[in-house]
Amino acid sequence: MSFDNAYESLLGGEDAHWAFGTGFSEALSGVDREFPAGVDREALAAYCLMLGDDALIFSQRLSEWCSRAPELEEDIALANIALDLLGQARMLLTRAGEVLGRDEDSLAYLRDEREFRNVHLAEIDCGPGPGGDFATTIARLLVFSSWRLALFSRLRGSADPVLKAIAEKGLKELAYHRDHAAQWTVRLGDGTDESHRRMQAGLERVWPFVDELFATHAVEAALAGVAVDPASLWSEVDGVLEAVLSAAGLTRPTDTKAARVAGMAGRDGVHTEVMGYLLAEMQHLHRSLPGAVW
Amino acid sequence: MADDLELRFERTVQSEARIEPRDWMPDGYRKTLIRQIAQHAHSEIIGMQPEGNWISRAPSLRRKAILLAKVQDEAGHGLYLYSATETLGADREDLTTKLIEGRQKYSSIFNYPTLTFADVGVIGWLVDGAAICNQVPLCRTSYGPYARAMIRICKEESFHQRQGYELLMTMMRGTQQQRDMVQDSVNRWWWPALMMFGPPDAESTNTEQSMAWRIKRDTNDELRQKFVNMSMPQAEALGVTFPDPELKWNEERGEYDFGAPDWDEFWQVVKGGGVCNEQRIAHRRKAHEDGAWVREAAAAHAAKNAVREEGAA
Repeated sequence: MSFDNAYESLLGGEDAHWAFGTGFSEALSGVDREFPAGVDREALAAYCLMLGDDALIFSQRLSEWCSRAPELEEDIALANIALDLLGQARMLLTRAGEVLGRDEDSLAYLRDEREFRNVHLAEIDCGPGPGGDFATTIARLLVFSSWRLALFSRLRGSADPVLKAIAEKGLKELAYHRDHAAQWTVRLGDGTDESHRRMQAGLERVWPFVDELFATHAVEAALAGVAVDPASLWSEVDGVLEAVLSAAGLTRPTDTKAARVAGMAGRDGVHTEVMGYLLAEMQHLHRSLPGAVW
Repeated sequence: MADDLELRFERTVQSEARIEPRDWMPDGYRKTLIRQIAQHAHSEIIGMQPEGNWISRAPSLRRKAILLAKVQDEAGHGLYLYSATETLGADREDLTTKLIEGRQKYSSIFNYPTLTFADVGVIGWLVDGAAICNQVPLCRTSYGPYARAMIRICKEESFHQRQGYELLMTMMRGTQQQRDMVQDSVNRWWWPALMMFGPPDAESTNTEQSMAWRIKRDTNDELRQKFVNMSMPQAEALGVTFPDPELKWNEERGEYDFGAPDWDEFWQVVKGGGVCNEQRIAHRRKAHEDGAWVREAAAAHAAKNAVREEGAA
């Protein structure tokens, strides 16, 4: 081995061997960052926050599994999915920040709860906390990744070159996430009586949050050609879920619609009570040391 | 016959060639290796917890990604090391049971708490640094699968170390509060890092036989000295000090002199009295037990599939 001196490589100034830089800037290098003519920039920023917050908050939830998964292989897989989504969140928040004059960290750490635009499905506790278990986590991942994959496959046609590039890159990741969730849904649905019962309960837990995913928001309506209308995704996603549940021998829950709050939900910045705690934990250190550099 | 096999084994080891899974090996060699590799695998898995403690609170998205990827790498290291023990006839499930029942050890360093985000950087720099010093010689260890796993692990560990050091460099360029946080963290981790090389040679029971078998390549005290020599210029470049009044350059020896760690604390933590011993094992036990129904379901599904395929054939 050439590194008998474990420190020799640390003193050099070369940066080529860092596993992570800002990462995504390379992934999107060469992509035109001009805003398309005639686009409503504020709506574009709001849309990027919607999709970015979905990924950021779900990633935060998935990373709670780290060191708690049922097998080492699964610990690695869930961390991988959380990392992919965190990468998507960073690209999307950065794009929003280009309109808003803020960076990814300012948007992630210095917005208050009412400014977050993620769907409720991303934020609810599906385990390993008291709100769920591995089956509930898989149920959420199945619904979320099936929906987001359908969304990203259409987003490849966006008039915004950055959204288009983010969608291209995210598509492969999301296809893996959906496949992973589908395989586990089938394994748990088919495995033992206990796993079947838990998988069915997991589906019942997340199903009320499905409707929100397909409700068209005013921001999406204002961005024809740039954003995807989520209502258009239903039949595709419905077909995928039907196929997976049927292979798993599971029953589709009937309750698909949690009540709104005065007509509002996650896309309007109106969240569930767990969101405040999630953000308190995520943001506290960043906010405790104003002016610090990380 | 047995003598011939033993002679061949001894010659292979003496000539610095590798012993492979199907080669004959003495029972003691096999047991020592399983114990050592399992202990190393357990350390990777338990080691996910102290750093995992900061993933949800990482103060920037870039640091969150780096930390999550690092903890994920540790799970990967645990996985290859458990696989290496399987080539010696051990079983992962059995080793996990031994870990959560306290019958096998893991590196005692992970029984110390991570109290600030600077600890993430200091663990990368000093704890991973000490681990690399211990592990680089193992890339030449006599058992082939272990040596090959160690090459990959050492490469990834050196990324982690750089990332940890880079975090500290960044924090030292930040506010005074951040610099104080780094110094405080170094003060808490320096002595435990020195303890990672194990007790002084005079008190180390396993060293002699392991060196003869080329499982171990350097003594505890040699590695500890090497680590101190390497760490000093790093600390100076960073702008921190180590909490040891006896630490100074010895012109005559061409090395640093340094004080002795508190070996009473070391033994207390090894024997289960550290701040986090119970918590670390309880966490691992809970994950393992909570996941039992998932593993059973996966096995049941695979068995049903096998029957269905047979029926279809």
